[in-house]
Amino acid sequence: MSNIPLTNDEIEKMLKSLSMNKLDDLFDIVPNKFKYDIEKISLKESLSEFELSNKLNQISSKNLNANNSLFFMGGGSYDHYVPRVVDTLSSRSEFYTAYTPYQPEVSQGTLQYLYEFQSMICSLSGMDVSNASLYDGASALAEACMMSIKHTRKNKVLISSMVHPAYIDVVNTYLTPQNIKISTIGNVGGVTSINDIKNKMNDDVACVVIQSPNYYGLLEDWDSISKTKNTSMLIGVSDPLCLSVLKSPGDSGCDIFVGEAQTLGNYMQFGGPNIGLLSCKEFLMRKMPGRIIGKTNDIEGKQGFVMVLQTREQHIRRDRATSNICTNQGLLALRCTIYLCLLGKKGLPKVMQLCFNNAQYAASLIESECNSFNLYKSKRNFLKEFVIEADISAKKVQNDAINKKILIDRPLNDNDDNKILLAFTEKRNKDEIDQLIEFFKSYG
Amino acid sequence: MSKDKFLYTKDHEWINKDGDVAYIGITDYAQSELGDIIFVELPNVGDSFSMGDVFGTIEAVKTVADLFMPVSGTIVDINNKIEDDPDLINSDAFNTGWIVKIKIENSDECLELLNEKDYLKIINE
Repeated sequence: MSNIPLTNDEIEKMLKSLSMNKLDDLFDIVPNKFKYDIEKISLKESLSEFELSNKLNQISSKNLNANNSLFFMGGGSYDHYVPRVVDTLSSRSEFYTAYTPYQPEVSQGTLQYLYEFQSMICSLSGMDVSNASLYDGASALAEACMMSIKHTRKNKVLISSMVHPAYIDVVNTYLTPQNIKISTIGNVGGVTSINDIKNKMNDDVACVVIQSPNYYGLLEDWDSISKTKNTSMLIGVSDPLCLSVLKSPGDSGCDIFVGEAQTLGNYMQFGGPNIGLLSCKEFLMRKMPGRIIGKTNDIEGKQGFVMVLQTREQHIRRDRATSNICTNQGLLALRCTIYLCLLGKKGLPKVMQLCFNNAQYAASLIESECNSFNLYKSKRNFLKEFVIEADISAKKVQNDAINKKILIDRPLNDNDDNKILLAFTEKRNKDEIDQLIEFFKSYG
Repeated sequence: MSKDKFLYTKDHEWINKDGDVAYIGITDYAQSELGDIIFVELPNVGDSFSMGDVFGTIEAVKTVADLFMPVSGTIVDINNKIEDDPDLINSDAFNTGWIVKIKIENSDECLELLNEKDYLKIINE
């Protein structure tokens, strides 16, 4: 293979065709505050590998993380326990190194776990068809909106103001350039306003997006909302772990389910990679994005698994494919599958019971003992996460907490600087929660 | 069925006109090129399309093709039988394998279509 060098002449030519003077002009679009001035890096004298390793460890140990702090952060990424068997099985090289299962004759292992993954996601979400996963919950939601737009041939999306704000941003990024109108549905006390849906509903609406539990941790009423959806699609967004104790989106009138499965046996790992879930009712099957695995029989009549409905995908349908996504988050889907098999129908609700007990215990103490804090709108219909309001600056409370090695969240869309988002997984215990309460009580 | 009155497009659709309504399908040549047809995406009754618009898609095992309107018109009926049994297009493309029935908007557009002889000339080239 020949080496194709990048010469100064060529660089000059390319810059000229872009009407630019220097290479740095390419990065003008990046705001200055995100740029690092390379001149300002003062490199000390060189260190040995051993010394450097120690030095870097020293620096990184200044970080607070879920393992060396009191951790109550949530908002889409959660510190649930990952059983060791998930790491052990998913790191087997048969799974770990396997390539895309285009050849069923050599990919039965991958195809079978993905088929089982889909079956379990269908079971949790109450839907007929699931794909083999997408990149993350937010982009899965954007894909679900596009499915609805293609199916209904309408061009307006109604999205609840209680959907995760980062998800709303991603939906905007995907849909705005395609001239899709996005309209936000208001809320009453942190729960989507059904009246506002009725007001905004018309013949142009392709879908209504409702997350439950929503961004503030509160449960929404898909059933009632589904009665207002007219001819549009109802997209239910949820945490699949929560679905083990909730009436499923499929049984509550939703047409499409979207979720983030980081909670099923995957670490938070700095916010990604995550794994998106998308399942739907059968009538939408051919509008689905992504990979779908099906069960079939081989020529000897034995059970086998293959990729199906590939005519939706880019390698066959080209520019008319249902989506640009024709891969999946294989390794994380494997981890979800192992986690779900391990905990089963009995284990998942037990995990949620522990989360619920922790959250409700903390909420009771905040209500009764922490005078500077109140439960948001006094609402208790949450599972593992809720919002409290502070009489003082939430930003200050968060910073004070960091000094005490307590990590708490503030909602991304809190313009009043008075809200704190708290999440409680099964990993938290009474002692940790009591320490959090003591911290809140220090404000009087 | 006699195909005397059938007109054709270069994209291999046929149209069988009866007054201001017409049946539309794909030709026997088109079905043989596609192979086993497994799914047809149909428009809704009431949808209107201009001449040349995509009104649906047809899926074979390893490919997908668009369906183009031979002339402008409104869908008045769709062949529900091919939803359950897309095979019909393979076995009887010119008759029971019809795809949609339309109300023609402007009959003059039919003058731009091919007759059987011209169509056969194209596919035999």
